[in-house]
Amino acid sequence: MIGLQHYLTLSAMLFVLSIAGIIVNRRNLILLLMCIELMLLAVNFNFIAFSRYLGDATGQVFVFFILTVAAAEAAIGLAILVVLFRNRRSINVQELNTMKG
Amino acid sequence: MYNYYLVIVLAPLLAAVIAGLFGRRIGRSGAHSITIFAVAVSTALSFYVLYQMYWAGAQTENISVYTWAVTDGLRMEVGFLVDRLTALMMAVVTFVSLMVHVYTIGYMHDDDGYQRFFSYISLFTFSMLMLVMSNNFLQLFFGWEAVGLVSYLLIGFWFKRESAIFANLKAFLVNRVGDFGFILGISGVVMFTNSLDYAEVFSQADAIAGQSIEVFGGSPWNAMTVICILLFIGAMGKSAQAPLHVWLPDSMEGPTPISALIHAATMVTAGIFMVARMSPLYELSVTALGVVIVIGAITAFFMGLLGIVQNDIKRVIAYSTLSQLGYMTVALGASAYSAAIFHLMTHAFFKALLFLAAGSVIIAMHHEQDIRKMGGVRKYMPWTYITALIGSLALIGFPGTSGFFSKDLLIDAVKHSHWHETDQLIYWIAYLSVLLGVFVTALYSFRMFFLVFHGKERMDAETKSHLHESPWVVTVPLVLLAIPSAIIGWYTVTPVLFEGYFGDAIAVDASRNALAEIGREWHGSRALLIHSVRTPVLWLALAGAATAWFLYLKRPDIPETIKNKVEGLYNVLDRKYYFDDLWIKGFGGGGRRIGTFLWQKGDELLIDGAMVNGTANAVARLAGIMRQLQTGYLYTYAFAMIIGLTALLGWLTWLK
Repeated sequence: MIGLQHYLTLSAMLFVLSIAGIIVNRRNLILLLMCIELMLLAVNFNFIAFSRYLGDATGQVFVFFILTVAAAEAAIGLAILVVLFRNRRSINVQELNTMKG
Repeated sequence: MYNYYLVIVLAPLLAAVIAGLFGRRIGRSGAHSITIFAVAVSTALSFYVLYQMYWAGAQTENISVYTWAVTDGLRMEVGFLVDRLTALMMAVVTFVSLMVHVYTIGYMHDDDGYQRFFSYISLFTFSMLMLVMSNNFLQLFFGWEAVGLVSYLLIGFWFKRESAIFANLKAFLVNRVGDFGFILGISGVVMFTNSLDYAEVFSQADAIAGQSIEVFGGSPWNAMTVICILLFIGAMGKSAQAPLHVWLPDSMEGPTPISALIHAATMVTAGIFMVARMSPLYELSVTALGVVIVIGAITAFFMGLLGIVQNDIKRVIAYSTLSQLGYMTVALGASAYSAAIFHLMTHAFFKALLFLAAGSVIIAMHHEQDIRKMGGVRKYMPWTYITALIGSLALIGFPGTSGFFSKDLLIDAVKHSHWHETDQLIYWIAYLSVLLGVFVTALYSFRMFFLVFHGKERMDAETKSHLHESPWVVTVPLVLLAIPSAIIGWYTVTPVLFEGYFGDAIAVDASRNALAEIGREWHGSRALLIHSVRTPVLWLALAGAATAWFLYLKRPDIPETIKNKVEGLYNVLDRKYYFDDLWIKGFGGGGRRIGTFLWQKGDELLIDGAMVNGTANAVARLAGIMRQLQTGYLYTYAFAMIIGLTALLGWLTWLK
C-alpha cells in the first residue's frame, strides 16, 4: 500500500535533487532554471499528497496557482536568459559573477 | 597741568599717525617737520613739568584719564602718575628723542623709508611716555609692549636684510621670555590686591609681604619675593640683563639713531625705571633684591669683557650699554634706587651721544662699521671727534663728567650697602664686579676710541677721499648731547642723590639706605672731585684708558700676541660665552626637536596614523575579509541559504 510517507519521501528526494542541481551545476543556466522548476514540483507533490490525505481540495487549488506562476516564471526566466546570451554570448554560470565583492 | 600731560603724550602719537599714514602725501620734509615739531612740543612741556615739579614745588599728581573697563571690582584705567621720578624720565626721554629726530634727518637722508622711520620713532616716544607716566600696571604693560613692538619694527627697519630680520625676531622672542615673567608678576599683584593702581597696590604692600604662595608644590614662598622676581624677569628681558641680554647686541642691525634712542638711552632703561618705580614692593623682599644685585653684577662685569673683543663699532657700544645697565641693576639691588636713576639719566646722555657719534663716523665711512678698517678719523671729523671724546670720558667716569658722578657714587653706594652686613658673598660679587668693571669699561671704550680716531688710517683710498665732517643736522645734536654729558653731573648730583629729589616716589627701607649714609659725609660735588683721587675707581679708569692707549696705539702688535696666547679664553669671549648657542641651539633647537618629535610621533603616527587612518584601515581590512564571502555565484548563496535554513530548523527542532 502506498501511503503518505512514500509521497513525502519522493517529494523530499526531488527537492534535494533540485538543490543539489543548483549547487553542483556550474555550467548551464538553463539547468538552473529547470532545477527551480523541479523544486516547485516537489512542493506541489507535498500539496497534493496532503490534500488527498486530509480530504481537503484547497491544496490542489494551490497547486494550480503554483503551476501557473511557475509557467510565467519560466517564461520570464527564459526571456532573461535569451537577453543575457545575446549580451554575453554565454550562459555559463561561472562567468556570471559581476556581483562579486 | 592735566592738559599739558595729554599734549605731551598725544602730540608724538598724532605726528606718528600723520607721518605713517600720509607720509607719501606730506613728503619727506613734511614728515620730519611734523614729527620734530610734535616731539619738540613734548620736550618743552616735559621740561616745564620738571620745572614745576622741582622748582615751583608742584605736588605729585595721580590722574585717571579714562576708565577702560571695570570687571569684578578690578578697574582698568588709563591714567597718569606724575611725580619727580616721572618728570625726570619724561625730560630725558623727550630730550634724547628730540636730538635723535634731528639727527635722523642727516643719517637717513638717502633712505627710502624716511617717512616710515619718523613715524616709528615718534610712535616710540609716545609709547615710552605712556610707560613712564603710567599710574597703573596695565598701562605700564601696554607701554612695555608698545616700546617692544616699535623696537621690533625698527631693528628690522631694513627688512630686506636677512640678518636684520633674524635680529628683530630674536629681540622679539627673547623679550617674550621676559614678558612672560612680567605678566605673571602683574597677575600676582592683581591676585593679592585685586587692583592695578600703583597707589592702591603700594598701600597694600605690607599685606602681600605677609602672605606666602606655593610656586612648586610643597614649598611656600613669600608672595612679595615671587612677585618681585617675576617682575624683575620682565626687566631682565627689556633691560637686557644676563642671560636674556642676547638680543641687544643683535639689535644693532637697526639704523644707528635707533640704537641711540631705543637700545641705549631710553627703552632698555625701562626695566631699571620699573624696578625703581616698584621700590615700595622691592624693599619688602630682600631675596628679590639679592637676585637683582647678582644678575646686575654678572651683567656689568662679564658683558663689559665682551666689549673688548668686538670689532663692530656699534657692537662695542652695545656691550658697553649692557654693562652700564648692569651697573644700574646693581644699584637697584643695593637699594640705591636714586643712584640707579641718576646713572640712567647721565647714561642716556652720554650713551646716546656715543651712538650718534658712531653713526656720524659710519656715514662718513660709507656704512663701514669695522673699527679695524678705520683709524685717524680725528682730523677729518673734528666735531665728531671732540663729542665722542666727551662721551667716552663720561662713560669711563673721568672726573668732572656726568658719568663720573653717577658711577662713582653708584659704586660707593654698593660699597656701603647693607649686603656688607647681611651677605658677604653677594656683597663681594657685586662690589668687585662694579669695581673691576670700571677698568674694563675704560679699556674697551678707549680701545674703540683710539682705533677709530687715532693711529694709522686703515681705510681704503676711495673711502678716505670722501671722508669729511657730517652735516650740521648731525653735529648739532652731538653738541647738544655732549653738553649735558659733560656738565650735568655737577648740578644734579646733590639734589638727586642727597637732597631727596625723588621724595616719596622712591621708598627705601631706613636700614638699607646706603645713600643716606654717604650723604652724611657729603660735602658737594667739588669735594667728591678731590676725594676721588684717593679712591680706586678713578685709578682703575685711568689704568684702563692707559692700557688701551698702550695696546692699541703704542704697541698694536701686542693684542694679537695676547689673542694667540690665550686662544681658549679669546674664543669664549668671541662666542659671547656661548649664550647664543645656548638659546638658539639649546632652547630653540631643543624646542624644535620636541616639536618635530611631537609632530612625527604624536601627530603623524598616533593621531593621524593610529586613530584617524587606523580606524579607516581597520574597517577596510575587515571588509576585505568579509567580501571574500560575496563570490557573486548564485550557487554559493543558495548553498549558504540551505545550510542556514537547515541549521535554523535543526536548532528549532532541538529546542523542542
